[in-house]
Amino acid sequence: MTEHPILRTANLSKSFGSVSVLSSIDFHVDPNESLGLIGDNGAGKSTLMKILAGVYAPSGGEIFFNGAPVTFKNPQDARAAGIEIIYQDLALCNDLDVASNIFLGRESTKNIGIARLLDRHGMMQEARAALAELGADIAPDQLVGSMSGGERQLISVARALQFSPKLLLMDEPTAALSNTKIHLLLDLVKNLKKKGISVVFISHRFTDLIAVCDRIVAMREGKISAEIKPADTKPSDLMSIMQTALSGEEIL
Amino acid sequence: MKINIAALNRFEKSPKILRSIKKFLGPTGFGLLVALILELIIFASLSPYFFSSTNFSNIGRAMVIIGIGSIGATIVIISGGFDLSVGSVMAASGMLAAFVINQGQSNLVGVVLALMLGCIIGLLNGFVIGYLRINPLIATLAMLSIVRGLAYIISGGDAVVVSNSSFLAIGTDSLFGVPLTVWIFVTLFLSVGFLMPRTHFGRYVYAIGSNSRAARLAGIFVNRWTLVFYAFSGTTAALAGYVTVARTGQAEPSANIGAELDMITAVILGGASLSGGKGRLVGTFLAIVVLAILANGLILIGVPSYWQLPVKGCVLMGAIIWGELHNSSRDKS
Repeated sequence: MTEHPILRTANLSKSFGSVSVLSSIDFHVDPNESLGLIGDNGAGKSTLMKILAGVYAPSGGEIFFNGAPVTFKNPQDARAAGIEIIYQDLALCNDLDVASNIFLGRESTKNIGIARLLDRHGMMQEARAALAELGADIAPDQLVGSMSGGERQLISVARALQFSPKLLLMDEPTAALSNTKIHLLLDLVKNLKKKGISVVFISHRFTDLIAVCDRIVAMREGKISAEIKPADTKPSDLMSIMQTALSGEEIL
Repeated sequence: MKINIAALNRFEKSPKILRSIKKFLGPTGFGLLVALILELIIFASLSPYFFSSTNFSNIGRAMVIIGIGSIGATIVIISGGFDLSVGSVMAASGMLAAFVINQGQSNLVGVVLALMLGCIIGLLNGFVIGYLRINPLIATLAMLSIVRGLAYIISGGDAVVVSNSSFLAIGTDSLFGVPLTVWIFVTLFLSVGFLMPRTHFGRYVYAIGSNSRAARLAGIFVNRWTLVFYAFSGTTAALAGYVTVARTGQAEPSANIGAELDMITAVILGGASLSGGKGRLVGTFLAIVVLAILANGLILIGVPSYWQLPVKGCVLMGAIIWGELHNSSRDKS
């Protein structure tokens, strides 16, 4: 590795009260890398993602983004640095239209006289263009509550990509999708790689991970338990790595 | 389902102007507009006094007090909250304005202090609800008692009679034949209604009411906005309390008891959902007008006043059932 990792954590830990959820996490994502993250329920995958997205503050350790130490006080900070996240439940507001969801928390404004008002027309146009680029036939002025699962997934992807992120975190993005839609999503992840966006992809679907990921990291009980190159790995190996406490080196 | 299909057919056949009115008002608002027209026809044919400018001025003066307060109530309910303290805030703020104006302060100082009191009480509500995570019903129920007590404490339990003529003029004067208070109400409604879809404030009211977790994850400072929404509700309640005193000429510590329920009635009748995220200011406006005309018309045609409450209750119940049926049929499709 000659390049710096785009993201690196050093000795990162998190506890809620007396319960330790993550401990001594040394984790990195390289530029232009698709990284798979696996682990049993409760292994700490989602907590790690939420720390990287600025939702939780870590209890200890450091995060380096593009080589520089960063502290995210809230999701705004992480987004400003260039980290986007797509949550498992997509975190959309059903009573808002598609464009409002895509720009939620980052609305564009324009000055009218002395007032700074929302640029509704501009956001609607940009949302339409963003959805078209994803190949989604979704009207930006429709309420999200009326959308199907696949459409909602595309809206959350459009939202994550709207502000040119450098790193995209996806927490079980395929969980709510049908098989045909999953293929579209996997293609999308491959495309992100071409655009130079690094991706962290949490999934229980090992075949998907092997198809799109350059590297797979396994977590167990709040620790990184293994690191695998998918090129020489079968889905069944991943399963056993996830379920045993063995390290990757010992298996491979 | 049959009814819906019939309604859809009528919708397709209706002229363009009607369709754009429907689109602007939404299904609830359009229903209220129809109810309003029916009321006008029925009361005008049953009472010769109904269609007169004096009577319309009376209706206007009667509706503005609940109307002004219901602007804040609409915001709070769409944001997924609830504010039971507004009736008490109205009494305490009106009392404070009357008290300081009687002490020789100007009308302007009186109104500013009243609005500040309402705003501070709203901030306290918002703090307890947003930061301390107390259920809004309980938090504002406690505030209802605290602030009602405050109204009694300011006056020592007595009514405060106002003599300041510029204060009283707010409640009695007219401009172009329309009561001044109606101008205040309509201007406030139009400006908030205009700004709602065009500001962060308006958009976040819906976002937080719809899915406060999603709003927080999108980087919206939900707690801070909760402060703003309740402060806004407290401020409009305070203005309503000030207008009450200007209209009646005296501040009573027991004034506006139950006003919060009238406002919530109007907001729900106007199409808002208690679970948050849904509702329109224009719906609340129409509901206020429909309820005010109903109250006025029932008196004019000689319905005993005891019957007014059950009639109002039935209207609300009917509107909620209609709304539920509409929502469930929409969810199925």
